[in-house]
Amino acid sequence: MPGHQRKTSAPRAVILQLSCGFCALSWGAGPPPAQESCAPSSNVVEIAAGVYVRPGHAAVVFEGDELANIGFVIGDRCVAVVDTGGSLAEGRAFDCAIREVTDRPVCYVINTHVHPDHLLGNLAFERPGVEFIGHAKLPRALALRGDVYLERASAYEGRALDESIFVFPDRTVTGTVQLDIGDRVLTVRAHKTAHTDHDISVVDEKTKIAFLGDLLFLEHIPVIDGSINGWIGELEAMTDESLAYVVPGHGPTHASWPLAAGPTARYLADLRQNVGAWIGSGGDLASAQDNIDLARPEDWRLADRYHRRNVGAAYAELEWEEWQE
Amino acid sequence: MMSNSRCGAFAGLGWCTTLLIVLAPFVAGATTVEEDMVWTGGLRSAYFGDRAIAQSDDLIILNVPKRAEDAAIVPISITAQIPQTDEQYIQTIYLFIDKNPGPLIGKFRFTPKSGRADLTFRVRVNAYSPIRAIAETNDGELSMSRRFIKATGGCSAPAGSDLDAAMARLGKIKLKTNSVLQLAEPILAQLMISHPNLSGMQMNQVTQLYAPAHFVRHVKVSFDGEEVFSAETGFGISENPSFRFFFVPESEGELTAEITDTKGLQFSQTLQVVPTEGQDAVRN
Repeated sequence: MPGHQRKTSAPRAVILQLSCGFCALSWGAGPPPAQESCAPSSNVVEIAAGVYVRPGHAAVVFEGDELANIGFVIGDRCVAVVDTGGSLAEGRAFDCAIREVTDRPVCYVINTHVHPDHLLGNLAFERPGVEFIGHAKLPRALALRGDVYLERASAYEGRALDESIFVFPDRTVTGTVQLDIGDRVLTVRAHKTAHTDHDISVVDEKTKIAFLGDLLFLEHIPVIDGSINGWIGELEAMTDESLAYVVPGHGPTHASWPLAAGPTARYLADLRQNVGAWIGSGGDLASAQDNIDLARPEDWRLADRYHRRNVGAAYAELEWEEWQE
Repeated sequence: MMSNSRCGAFAGLGWCTTLLIVLAPFVAGATTVEEDMVWTGGLRSAYFGDRAIAQSDDLIILNVPKRAEDAAIVPISITAQIPQTDEQYIQTIYLFIDKNPGPLIGKFRFTPKSGRADLTFRVRVNAYSPIRAIAETNDGELSMSRRFIKATGGCSAPAGSDLDAAMARLGKIKLKTNSVLQLAEPILAQLMISHPNLSGMQMNQVTQLYAPAHFVRHVKVSFDGEEVFSAETGFGISENPSFRFFFVPESEGELTAEITDTKGLQFSQTLQVVPTEGQDAVRN
């Protein structure tokens, strides 16, 4: 698919600065815009007609900006945004990038899950006409983690943030919901517990491109914050779906399906088998973390930061099953 | 939006982290004196008055990971340096995490029938904090093994990644022991309790109210009616509490675990202990 990189050209940046500065004033939500402007706006890649991704890069949450792949789809009527980035500033830069490619207003913000690198840009989009959509269990997840996120986001941004940074969904989803953005329908699907207990995927029915959020990782090591068994099951269940391309939550902007499911599925399956055997042999959680080393740094970015954690999460879940050595 | 009263709603339970934000700058690169401010500033005297506490690893050794990847499941083990005999034994081990909302994570009791006062379990860690295990012997001596823990996984759910699954399985218990090759020797056992150990932060989406805390309060394990291990615990213990401990079966008999939670729910499980050859179900 011919993805071309959009760069902010100088004259355009000036126009954007003006238009976005005006928007910021009229939004009324969040901190005052101060010197906020549309420069810089984020780089976005058009991966299919009307389907854009702002690529993320691999780093630990609150140790960098623009970590997750976030995107948007342009319909005849309006624009649907899938995830908003890790901070208000990042959300604003993303909003500016959207304005750079279309005049149509944003009408939906769909949050794939609660993790801050995907969701803390929400506030940049909180304005009349924008409906926030998330999994039915997203509000609880956000309520549960809010304090921790607030503390860590404040530390990272070096300013005292308050709870207004959290924008809860206006509409929650169980099962599937279709959104018509004008001659273009998006299918929003609430998944069973997998990466988290409230994952959402979004399929653009026109191009059959699926935004999978963190149900899919490429290059960046998968992170279990839901259920290893559930995640393996959801990936398996999605294998047969006819999708042109998928957008992983982390990794390249897009990849072909179901091939792209391979690395995440294999890592989870290997982890399950190794941790299960460790439990079967009577080993405890700490020793499992010290000994089960199957995430090679050459295979996965951030293996040193997340693999031990995954072993712990898998162990805690799998010890309720019967295992042979 | 979260209401502004939210922090106040569970400030009593203290997961409200305002204080921790204030303290955080002092912790980074802090000296032991600064790290220990919570302990010396009142925690110590609240529990032990002016009793002498030796700080050494001669009686017990506390093992914690250098860095906790997941603050919701931090594996902890305590290794006793003396055997449990009728004459001298470790009677109680207290575990404190100074900067947790409920700093006393648990109070664990052992008897001579424990054989060894070793213990493995998992805790929630709210911030960079000193963590201390204090052993009290039957003759009233106190000895503390102290570590410092760096929990960096604060982005995880503080109480379970799949709360609904945890609630559905509430009360299920697994009790298993190592192979009993020889009677009258300490045998390693494991007790697993399926319980969400709610800290009191869980919001009911309909009422927008916080569900009351609901966690395992008391654990008692006895062998043929005689107590070998017991614990009083708080919500600093991770979801689905899991304890590894020792006991001495003098003969064939029944190992029984009885659990009570903060709602007064009771769960129990019994296991026949007979000498067997074969694979160990539990090992250190």
